[in-house]
Amino acid sequence: MAGLELLSDQGYRVDGRKSGELRKIQARMGVFAQADGSAYMEQGNTKALAVVYGPHEIRGSRAKTLHDRAVVNCQYSMATFSTGERKRRPHGDRTSTEMTMHLKQTFEAAILTQLYPRCQIDIYVQILQADGGNYCTCVNAATLAVIDAGIPMRDYVCASSAGFIEDTPLADLSYVEEASGGPQLALALLPKSDQIALLEMNSRLHEDHLDRVIDAASKACKDVYAVLDQVVRDHLQEVTALIGDRGSA
Amino acid sequence: MRETPLSSCERAFLLQAITDKKRVDGRQTYDYRNIKITFGTEYGCCIVELGKTRVLGQVSCELVAPKMNRPTEGILFFNLELSSMASPAFETGRPSELLVKLNRLLERCLRNSKCIDTESLCVQAGEKVWQIRVDLHLLNHEGNIMDAASIAAVAALCHFRRPDVSVQGEEVTVYSPEERDPVPLSMHHMPICVSFAFFQQGTFLLVDPSEREERVMDGLLVIAMNKHREICTIQSSGGIMLLKEQVLRCSKVAGVKVAEITELIQKALENDRKIRKEGGKFGFAESLPDQKITALKIEKNVVDTSNVKDKAEKIISESQPPSDVVTKPVVRAVGTAQIGEGIENTWGELEEEEDEEEEDEDDDDADIVSTSIESDKVTEKPAKKTSADIVISDSEEEDVVILQPEPQAKASSSQAPEEDQDKSPVRKTPHSKKKKKRSSH
Repeated sequence: MAGLELLSDQGYRVDGRKSGELRKIQARMGVFAQADGSAYMEQGNTKALAVVYGPHEIRGSRAKTLHDRAVVNCQYSMATFSTGERKRRPHGDRTSTEMTMHLKQTFEAAILTQLYPRCQIDIYVQILQADGGNYCTCVNAATLAVIDAGIPMRDYVCASSAGFIEDTPLADLSYVEEASGGPQLALALLPKSDQIALLEMNSRLHEDHLDRVIDAASKACKDVYAVLDQVVRDHLQEVTALIGDRGSA
Repeated sequence: MRETPLSSCERAFLLQAITDKKRVDGRQTYDYRNIKITFGTEYGCCIVELGKTRVLGQVSCELVAPKMNRPTEGILFFNLELSSMASPAFETGRPSELLVKLNRLLERCLRNSKCIDTESLCVQAGEKVWQIRVDLHLLNHEGNIMDAASIAAVAALCHFRRPDVSVQGEEVTVYSPEERDPVPLSMHHMPICVSFAFFQQGTFLLVDPSEREERVMDGLLVIAMNKHREICTIQSSGGIMLLKEQVLRCSKVAGVKVAEITELIQKALENDRKIRKEGGKFGFAESLPDQKITALKIEKNVVDTSNVKDKAEKIISESQPPSDVVTKPVVRAVGTAQIGEGIENTWGELEEEEDEEEEDEDDDDADIVSTSIESDKVTEKPAKKTSADIVISDSEEEDVVILQPEPQAKASSSQAPEEDQDKSPVRKTPHSKKKKKRSSH
C-alpha cells in the first residue's frame, strides 16, 4: 500500500465508514417534465441522471424490431467535467460502450419486455460526477427512472460494488478505494428473489473469498433497495397529494 | 451477410438434448473440446485450436513514450479481430457489440489482473518504455471465442521475447537477436477464461459452448482464473438470473479447468523450447505438416484396431436383420398429415433401414455396391486410403451406431436434415469398405 491506509486498525475506511456501510444516498424522481420517466441519484459524491423514454415505436432502422418483446436501448455517458481530468469524449470509447452494454443487459433482464412487443424503451444515463461505483449509481438511477415512467419490472434492480481489503469485504467502494487496484466486484441484484442480473469482477481475488464478497455486495444491494423503496413511496405520496389538492379545488 | 437464423426444429432439438444431459458433439457437461497449441517460427506467435475454433496470436513490441500519468510503466495493448473469414456473420467496419465485449474482457482479464510486470518494461522513466501489443485474429468461429482468445494471448505472451536494451546516460541501445539474446517478459501468473453457458433460465450449465450451443443459450458467465485459484475477472452476460450458489459452483469448476489448461500451455511451451534448443524443426510449417490452412481436417483418433474384423463380424452376426415393418405414421384422419414439431422425424430412420436392406441383399456381390456409390464419395476415397487405419477405426464406430437397433433410432431421429446429408457420405463409405473386406475373405 503506497502510504494510504484503506482500512484502519479500528476498522474504519478512508472516508470514515465502517466496512459494510454505504455512502449517503439521495435521490429524486420526476426531475424532467419532457421525459416519460427521470431520476437523479447521488451516492456519496457520485451523481447520476437517468432519463427514460418509452415504450414507443421503434425509431431508426426497423430491422431491430423484436416481434415478441421490446427493445431496450441504453446509452451511458460521462459529462466531460465529471472526472478529475477533463474527458474528451463523453461516450463512445471502449469503457463506456461496455457500460452501455451492461446497463442494457441488466434492464433487459429486469423489465418485463414481453409486455411491449415491437416497442422500444430508451434509457439514457449520464454521470455528472464520478467518484467510484459509476455503474451501480447508474443502475439505481435508471431503476427509479423506469419506475417513474411506469414500466413494469420484475423487481427493483439494485446495484452495489464491493471490494476486499485486508481480509475484510468492503461495500460500496469510493474512487480512492477503486483506484487502489484491489479486487472490485459489481453486482446488480433483484433483492426479493436474490437473483443476480449482472455480476462483474476485476483484478485478483482468491476463490475462497468470493462467497464473502458476494454476500457483502448483496447485503449492500438490499440496503440500497430499502432507500430506493422509500424514495418511490415518498414520491408517490407527494404526487397523489398534489392530484388530491387539484381534485378538491 | 446476416447469420442464417436457427430453425425452431433445430433449436428445440438442441435444447432437448441439453435437457437430456447430452451434447451434440458427444461431450460431457464439463468437458472442453480438444485444445491444441502450436507456435510459429518467430517468438510470440501461436495458433490455438479449441475444437474447430482457431485463434492466431501475435505479440509485437516497440519503444514509445509512456503515458503521462504512469511514466515508469510499459504499455499493454490488446486487440482481437473478428474477420469475416471466420464466419460470414462478422462484418468489417464498425466494431460490433460482441467485439467490444470480447476486447474489454481480454483487457480486463490480462491487464487489470496485472499478469505482466509492466514496470519491468520501462527503459527510461518518462522517456521510453516498451509497448507490448497483442494481436489476436479469429481464423474460424466454432463457438467460445473468448476462451480460445485468452489461451492464445497468454501462450503468445509467454512465448514472446523482446530485444535486450542497455542505457548509458541518455543513450539507449537496442540489441539485435544476434548481438544479445532477447529476453522474455516477466509474467506473474496466467489468467485463463472459462465460459459457462446457461440454458433454460439457468437450470442447465455447460462448459465451453460450441457455436450451436451459443446460439440457443440464455446467458453466459465468463470466469477468468489463474492456477493459484485467484479469480481475475467475472462477467455475466445475456438475460439470465443467476443465483449465488451457481456462481460459486462455476468458480470451482473453473479452478479445475484452468489448472488443466495452464499445464497444457506450459507443456506446449516446454516442447517448443526443447525443440528450438536441440535445433530441430519448429514453427507452423513443421507443427502443421499434413494440414492445409484452408481445409478443416478429420481428427485422428487413436483406436485399437487389432481385431476389428472379428469384432465387426461378431456384431453383425449378433444383430438381427432390420424389420420390414416401418413404424406407422400417425394419421389423425383420412387424408391428413401432421407437419411440424409434433412428431419425431422418421426420415433418417427410413433411409437407413432401406440402406441396410440393400446391404443384406447385396451381401455377396459387394463390389457392385461399392461402385454404385455416388460420385462425390468416390472422389473422397483416395484421400482416405492414404491413412487406412483411421478409416478402419471409423468404420468400427459407425458400425456400432448403425447396427444396434436402439441407438440407431435415436441417432437418426435426432439429426437435422441438413446434418444428415453431410454425414451420409462418411457413413456410407465405411459400409462399402467393410463389405469389400468381407468379400475378400
